[in-house]
Amino acid sequence: MYEIIEGFLEAARLIVTLDADVMAIALRSILISLTATVLGTVIAVPLGAAIYFGAFPGRRGLINLIQTLYALPTVVVGLLIFLLISRVGPFGFVRLLFTPTAMVIAQMVLILPIMTGLTISALSGVDPVLRDALRSLGATRLQFFANVMKEARFAILAAVAVGFGRAISEVGAAILVGGNIMASSFASSTRVLTTAISLETSMGNISESIALGIILLIIALGVNLVITAIQHR
Amino acid sequence: MIELEGVRKEFDGKSVLAGVIGRIEEGEIFAVIGPSGSGKSTLLRLIDLLDTPTGGEIRIKGIDIHAERERSLTIRRMMGMVFQKPAVFNTTVSENIAVGLRFRGADRGKIREKVEEALDMVGLTGYGERRARTLSGGEMQRVALARAMVIEPEILLLDEPTANLDPVSVATIEDLVVRINRDLGTTIVFSTHDMYQGQRLAHRIGVLMKGGFAQVGTPREVFTLPATREVARFVGIENIVDGVVVGENGASVVDAGGVRVRAGRLPGPGEEVSLCIRSEDLRIAPADAARAHPGKNALPGTVTAVVPRGPFSRVAVDCGVPLSSVLTWKRVDDLDLREGSRVVVSFSPESVHAVRRD
Repeated sequence: MYEIIEGFLEAARLIVTLDADVMAIALRSILISLTATVLGTVIAVPLGAAIYFGAFPGRRGLINLIQTLYALPTVVVGLLIFLLISRVGPFGFVRLLFTPTAMVIAQMVLILPIMTGLTISALSGVDPVLRDALRSLGATRLQFFANVMKEARFAILAAVAVGFGRAISEVGAAILVGGNIMASSFASSTRVLTTAISLETSMGNISESIALGIILLIIALGVNLVITAIQHR
Repeated sequence: MIELEGVRKEFDGKSVLAGVIGRIEEGEIFAVIGPSGSGKSTLLRLIDLLDTPTGGEIRIKGIDIHAERERSLTIRRMMGMVFQKPAVFNTTVSENIAVGLRFRGADRGKIREKVEEALDMVGLTGYGERRARTLSGGEMQRVALARAMVIEPEILLLDEPTANLDPVSVATIEDLVVRINRDLGTTIVFSTHDMYQGQRLAHRIGVLMKGGFAQVGTPREVFTLPATREVARFVGIENIVDGVVVGENGASVVDAGGVRVRAGRLPGPGEEVSLCIRSEDLRIAPADAARAHPGKNALPGTVTAVVPRGPFSRVAVDCGVPLSSVLTWKRVDDLDLREGSRVVVSFSPESVHAVRRD
């Protein structure tokens, strides 16, 4: 019990004094997950829109598949990317294993289904009367698509925030393809908040773990506040 | 202007419109009235190219609008539509109204000018920068009307625009509809299940029932000379008496289960008819005070109910056939009418409108 209290006090000190190691890990976490989210958005939002507006056989089934993949286990994504980029894998020559880039790719793959699915939901959520109104006001096909997207913009932003939240909080893929490396340079290190918590806890450094955990919680809380604010628009 | 030629629409094999035939003239206000689920919205959506008919043709200025795929955008841009549910885009009021103009590539100055004009027209001057979602239902519907009007459509389609609105908003929208038609000459087609709204606004009314127009005519025609028993019931004629035409002393009268009723104009003997008599046209007098009017209908009967209705009372009388009239409270008191009172119900043959039964 005493150790835990001491851990919290030490954690508070690490955060308040902006401990260099802790801050570097936090910053790296944010940068990697943010990059994954931006790339994911660039793919997922147009993809979601194409599936929503498109009329093709198997559309319903595809949407079901995407929704099933919301629950994609992070370690499975990690394993998949690991197999693809490991030395013996088809993309081994690119030498991406245990780099931040590999983590970005893994997290992006992880959040693609949920962001695509939530984009489709966001577009489905647009009042059918407004869709009729757009057509009735003489929208061309392109104007129609653009305006339905515009109407769903806050719900789409929420989808993006959910994606970021899932990316920054996952540990399985990050540890498998990143390797939790603390190298001399910031850019070649792959230690992020979740992998660091995992390591520090296993090494008995409770206070570091708690400090990192609190920071992760603060980020998650921030993301949640953003989502809530968006949804109340 | 708009010709409906056997318009049919089915949804999942269920027929909603079964061959609507009609014609809407340029510059008129045409009301489509009918009970819920009679296909009023469907008909308007077909005209606005929002749905495709299962069969038949809709022609606007002679063009079969559903056959012209390449020109469908041009055709749709001749029209504006307001929907039953007030719905606005999640942006400012001004931006809402500007949507149609933006689609048509209007420049900023023109958009600003038109939007201001439209705001003024619908009585929302100064509301331009407000978020449209914060408005009341009635205000939203006025925004929807302004949004449809800034594009200066030749045809304005209104799908039950005042259903679910408060009475003040209803009056405002109705006033706007009349003004738009009068000042701009816009052809207006609106649907409503409120027959009195149809009467207030429309030059002509089409009564949509069982997938087709049961009657098309001026409000006066529809309300006083309903074409069928169903139309009579829908337009609020409370006394509908079924009978058979028979000869009596060389004239035709209607035998309704032993009760003989004289009517202005009747088809030949043997025809089954429904007699439509408006409550307002019935006189009720105490049995002992009633004087015989030659040529008038005077049916003795017993009061079965006196039911208050606003400032009036509805008095139901069993004369062998059930009839009811509307009297002021004072009149009811003066005549001392109550359940069981013996009375005579009289009405002129001219106030009886006979329709053939199929």
